[in-house]
Amino acid sequence: MTINNEFILEIVRLVLYAVGLIAFAAFNAAYLSLLERKIPSWFQLRYGPKEVGWWGLLQPVADGLKLLTKQLLVQRGADVVLFKLAPVMVVIPAIMCLATIPFSETIVARNLNLGLLVIFSFSAIHVIGTMLGGWASYNKYASIAAARVVAQNIAYEIPLLLVMVALVMVTHSFNLHTIVDQQAGGFWHWNVLRLSASPLMPVAFIIYFICMLAESNRAPFDMVEAESELIAGAFTEYSGMGFGLFFIAEYANIVVGCALGTILFLGGWHCPFNLLPGLHWFLIKMYFLCFTVIWVRWSFPRTQFYGLLNLSWKVLIPVALAHLMITAIMLKLV
Amino acid sequence: MSLEAQTIHRETFVINLGPQHPATHGVLRIKLTMDGEYIYDAEPVIGYGHRMHEKMGENRTYAKYLPNTARMDYVAAMFNTHGYVCAVERLAGITVPERAEYIRVITAELNRLASHLLWAGAFLIDLGGFTPLLYTFDDREQILDLLESVTGARLTFCYYRFGGVCNDVDDEFVAGTRQFISRLRSRMPMYHALVTKNIIFRKRCEGIGPITAADCRRYGATGPVLRGAGVAYDVRKAEPYSIYPKLDFNVPVYPESDCMARYLVRMDEIVESMRIIEQALDQMPAGPVMAEKVPKFLKPPKGECYFNVESARGSFGVRAISDGTDKAYRLKLRSPCFSNLSLFQECSRGMLLADALALLGSLDLVIPDIDR
Repeated sequence: MTINNEFILEIVRLVLYAVGLIAFAAFNAAYLSLLERKIPSWFQLRYGPKEVGWWGLLQPVADGLKLLTKQLLVQRGADVVLFKLAPVMVVIPAIMCLATIPFSETIVARNLNLGLLVIFSFSAIHVIGTMLGGWASYNKYASIAAARVVAQNIAYEIPLLLVMVALVMVTHSFNLHTIVDQQAGGFWHWNVLRLSASPLMPVAFIIYFICMLAESNRAPFDMVEAESELIAGAFTEYSGMGFGLFFIAEYANIVVGCALGTILFLGGWHCPFNLLPGLHWFLIKMYFLCFTVIWVRWSFPRTQFYGLLNLSWKVLIPVALAHLMITAIMLKLV
Repeated sequence: MSLEAQTIHRETFVINLGPQHPATHGVLRIKLTMDGEYIYDAEPVIGYGHRMHEKMGENRTYAKYLPNTARMDYVAAMFNTHGYVCAVERLAGITVPERAEYIRVITAELNRLASHLLWAGAFLIDLGGFTPLLYTFDDREQILDLLESVTGARLTFCYYRFGGVCNDVDDEFVAGTRQFISRLRSRMPMYHALVTKNIIFRKRCEGIGPITAADCRRYGATGPVLRGAGVAYDVRKAEPYSIYPKLDFNVPVYPESDCMARYLVRMDEIVESMRIIEQALDQMPAGPVMAEKVPKFLKPPKGECYFNVESARGSFGVRAISDGTDKAYRLKLRSPCFSNLSLFQECSRGMLLADALALLGSLDLVIPDIDR
């Protein structure tokens, strides 16, 4: 009987976590999209949404309803199965990544020993989804974007992985919970300032941040969307909730990227001054990174496509390799 | 083209850029033959906004045609009216009072500021940066308010008349203009910090989209495109008209011939235009703003003339032929945008799509001005 009870409890827990994570991802997509309009409106001498609800708080609901009521049009000549599958393939991995993220000491869906690896495996899938979506659209602009997304993501996954490998060498763990615990006790213990492991640690964080922007196809690296060149890139032919899912996935990817940045480099749920650790510190750090992502988008023009590849192959990868070497040497010496 | 590129089997596809596309700023269509992301051939297809402005000029009396002139290059409408009015005045032998000439120069230069500010914002949108547009629009809005107070219109001004201007400017306009100029001057460092010094912006503009002086000569490109190719040609200096000879201003020239050069030319022209306006405000004499005894139905004597003005986009020319009646026998409008666009096909060959759109943006095209 006890085993049975455990089993039922486990099922209930699973459902709760699944619902919780999907709700978290959807909530973030909705309200980050509101912030995406509100924050630039502060820079740009305008109000942003303010009609639907107080301070425009119901705007995401209105947007969601609008997208749901729209017909999902499929272009003649498009590959219908892939066309409809692509948004799902983009949004599910993004939500799956959240499963291993420890939000605080106790709040984590699955505390896996290989959590970091799981996140990287899943975050690589959305590239395939975007590519399929662009290719299946039977649209020349979307095809160009599909080709771009592959080249871009290959270029940026390498420095990202190099930085991660160096970090894993320092922390001796793929477990995100362990990695956070090592950073307890003030901001000078955070990995971003762990200069004893490698003097290039702050640079590694910047590389991580740039790669995260490129991985989630955010401006100034939004080659996939590039609205002034490719109209809406890979998403040109998508209407209604098909487009909406890409949209949710974009923000879910930002949340995952920022959460991971917080965990790996900024001490997760630990307070910078060793006070009151908890969920709130995690959220503060994560949303600060999200704010920076939005801030960057509205401040910079888009890079050229080859400029983006040059940055990765000529700057980020050599620096990340140097960082890896230095880390290895320091580990051996200390 | 390298030998290697010639021998590789080339598989191209055609992509239709426009007539509804975010980068073409209107109903311009460009038939791009692409080789991957490289442009093999770019053929501009124009005429979607053709309204027969030239023919209308032959069917209407001179005065009735005035409002048409503001609807070609609507971003810098003053210059079109200026060119047309001056051409007809030369035909009919009307002399314009000095105060009216000053007012014309002040309003035209304000319009040039508005046009260049709009361009700077729109160019940044072409490059994917959205925020600067809102800042330039904030400044442009004030210019439009000023111009609205004297002309009554915010975009399609029909302010100049044969023999002068229709309203005198008041002290409020003069004070407001001075105030605006000091404001814009204080904001220029902000634009340079936000845009000109931005590393991504520099990478996207420096060395991108070369248009040489020879290209410009062959296609008749003028204005900032020509000055960005290192040729110091400005109609205001080369064929001085109105009161420009009395004013002290420089013609900014950058020899780099790239998008950055064209951007910097326009940014410097903003500064020069502010200087022109300030001097004109200082020197502006009192007096009438309209010549006396200009007949209501103008019947210029038989003859023809060509009048060139420096519009915000280049040299805008009007060739008017009169057969002695109250309508022009022939009216030919030389639009700067048409010539500037025509070099796109040659200059964009072999460029990447994104760079070609930066080049297209740097030409500062107003499509109704091309189509007329």
